[in-house]
Amino acid sequence: MIPRLTAALDFQAQALTLRSERQRLIAGNIANADTPGYKARDFDFASTLRAASAARDPAGNGGIASGVLPRTTAGGQIQPTLRYVQPSQTNLDSNTVDMDRERGNFMDNALKYDAALRFINGNVRTTLEAMRSHTQG
Amino acid sequence: MSMLRIFDVASSAISAQSQRLNVVASNLSNADTVAGPDGAAYKARQVVFQTALMGPPGQREANVGVRVSTIAEDQTPGRRVLDPKHPSADEQGYVTYSNVNPVEEMVNMISASRSYQNSVEVMNTARSLLQKTLQMGQG
Repeated sequence: MIPRLTAALDFQAQALTLRSERQRLIAGNIANADTPGYKARDFDFASTLRAASAARDPAGNGGIASGVLPRTTAGGQIQPTLRYVQPSQTNLDSNTVDMDRERGNFMDNALKYDAALRFINGNVRTTLEAMRSHTQG
Repeated sequence: MSMLRIFDVASSAISAQSQRLNVVASNLSNADTVAGPDGAAYKARQVVFQTALMGPPGQREANVGVRVSTIAEDQTPGRRVLDPKHPSADEQGYVTYSNVNPVEEMVNMISASRSYQNSVEVMNTARSLLQKTLQMGQG
């Protein structure tokens, strides 16, 4: 019973963790926008989240589409596979940070982090509401 | 809490960019200097940025800050102007000014200020996200 109550929360928590991971990565890219030779990095959010939820729930219906098992740390946390970004324009100092794209990604990721937070809040509120109406009625 | 590391990364970028602005300021103010502290003409300085891995070992590869590795001096010869009456003129009557290119320095300044603003924005966004995270389950 209890695991079922928190199953949806688990998924959102996983999404939140990965979003914060990605936020940090993009912050690093923006910080190194002027570093010569720096290669911008990112990870595929959808496939990482799918792998993460499949790893957490082996019998679940998540499934690993890419067939790549994610790396995990000692705490069982998923470590996303970092990939180098394909530069849209070459640069004389071989830096591949595209500021427009990074800013866009940063905003997009911040918004989706916020969305995941709201999902969690809504979920908690729904559960609390269900408990409260039971005690009152 | 990987979001907390964003502050380290963004503040390293902010301090590196402010050091760059500092160097631009010294270059611009010395654009018409005849002699530097060593008696020779002032040489334009440029910061060299380098990626700095931050945070505890094991998760350093994702925390990529930036730092100033060296401050390089521009070695191109300075501008020479014929002015025999000038106290710093050499035997041929030429005065050697600094090799600062004010146009380049202005462009450098605008670039540094943009990057600085970007890092500040990154910090502000991270702060508001973290504040919302702290209020999780209350609203």
